[in-house]
Amino acid sequence: MTAEPPDASLTAPYSIEFPYNRTVGEKIGTFLGGLRDGELYGVRTASGAVLCPALEFDPATAAPTGELVRLTPSGTVTHWTWVPTRPGDDIEADHFAWALIAIDGTEGALFHAVDTGGDPSRLTAGLRVAPRWRADRVGSIRDIVCFEPVEA
Amino acid sequence: MRDIAVVAFAQSPGTSADRRDDMAEILLPVMREALGSAGIDRTEVDFWASGSHDFHEGRTFAYIESLDAVGAWPPISESHVEMDAAWAAYEAWSWLQLGEGEIAVVYGVGRGSLATDLDQVTTTQLDPYFLAPLRPHQDALAALQAQALVAAGMLDEKQMAEVVVRARAAGMGEPGAQVSGEVTVDELLAAPYLASPLREHDRGPIGDAAAVLVLAAGDTARRLAGRPAWVRGADHRMDTHYPGTRDLTRVDTVTLAAAKAADQAGFAAREVQIAELHTEYSYQEPLLTNALELSGATVNPGGGPLVARPTTATGLIRIGAAAQHILSGRADRTLAHATSGPALQQNMICLLEGDR
Repeated sequence: MTAEPPDASLTAPYSIEFPYNRTVGEKIGTFLGGLRDGELYGVRTASGAVLCPALEFDPATAAPTGELVRLTPSGTVTHWTWVPTRPGDDIEADHFAWALIAIDGTEGALFHAVDTGGDPSRLTAGLRVAPRWRADRVGSIRDIVCFEPVEA
Repeated sequence: MRDIAVVAFAQSPGTSADRRDDMAEILLPVMREALGSAGIDRTEVDFWASGSHDFHEGRTFAYIESLDAVGAWPPISESHVEMDAAWAAYEAWSWLQLGEGEIAVVYGVGRGSLATDLDQVTTTQLDPYFLAPLRPHQDALAALQAQALVAAGMLDEKQMAEVVVRARAAGMGEPGAQVSGEVTVDELLAAPYLASPLREHDRGPIGDAAAVLVLAAGDTARRLAGRPAWVRGADHRMDTHYPGTRDLTRVDTVTLAAAKAADQAGFAAREVQIAELHTEYSYQEPLLTNALELSGATVNPGGGPLVARPTTATGLIRIGAAAQHILSGRADRTLAHATSGPALQQNMICLLEGDR
């Protein structure tokens, strides 16, 4: 063993990746494909409710979900947390919140970032929001940069 | 059901970062202490189960290194869970229930300090399509749950600070504590948000530590301990992985796991004297206490995870601490809770009892 400072073990930078292509199936595939096209899809459960994001199984009953439903891409903030921006985040410094957003006509909520222009006091339950789409979309949840407030 | 008991427990001192020792070196003294207090050597152990997380070490099968502290020659019967070692304890308990052997050793090694940015690591445990690509802050989902409770009028920031004040005072003199001391609610509420409504102190401090638990069955347990801590009931339940489909103000999996454990134990959570709760965040204590109806029990008398949260060992330490109260004669009935996944997604309840 070579001598090391007593308080330093070996360290190296992380590189975390998932370097595989994977078929995601009809439900998630349609949802992700919709994002690439700038559209939002949900999926209908046996009880008639629509879930967004589109899940393969109903979390309430574990039954397979049914038809895919094209949604109006707007929604309402239900819960939020204001957090610091990090390197690599796509929205401006000090504009960052994570939120649960109930997409119109659906049950439950979608998790995504919300940009209120740097003003945390604008985040309230009931804030109406819509997606800010990325210009070069690839079929990823990140095709939505974030949600932002819309005028009522 | 076979009678299975915790007969010994040991844990390393709480440290925020141990960069001097490797995984085996952190574990070895703790392993010696636990086996020593049970009065056994390694050849008497029928089964080994461990919990740790490769991503903290940044390489696959990192836990293999910990086997240097176990002595895996000749070949041993051994298993590993890629999560908190509380789930390894559940596996070992099930293994002993099946009658496969008499003595099992469970250990957890947490090395949460190794990641420069733990946000990189924690997001890998999330849904790979809807959550992980967004790489949410490690505290974001907990903060959403706390905010949901505040919005529902079930909690306020002062109550969260009061939990921290009590935990830090309780941690004074505890070797396992990373932080402790006398602080006031006003001091705490003056701190900036980490992820609103949570502040830094509302989150248990991540650290590096090891914990070792010795389980034994029936007469073997009676031989190895003066007063075995019998695991009378154990159950774990999990909620859906996507937080947007849950009512974050409820922890029905806790209630259900507690009811199932009570069915086995013959006594309920509310009948215990001491409860060791895996509260990774301050807001979780009132939520769990209410779900378990713990009005009469002392909760986390040593400060709990809010004074030390070694990754993948914290849940096991709850079981060990709950057992220690019985082994030492401080209590007759105790409860241990462990959690895994974002915003209390998975929950385990163990009910323990000593002979009177």
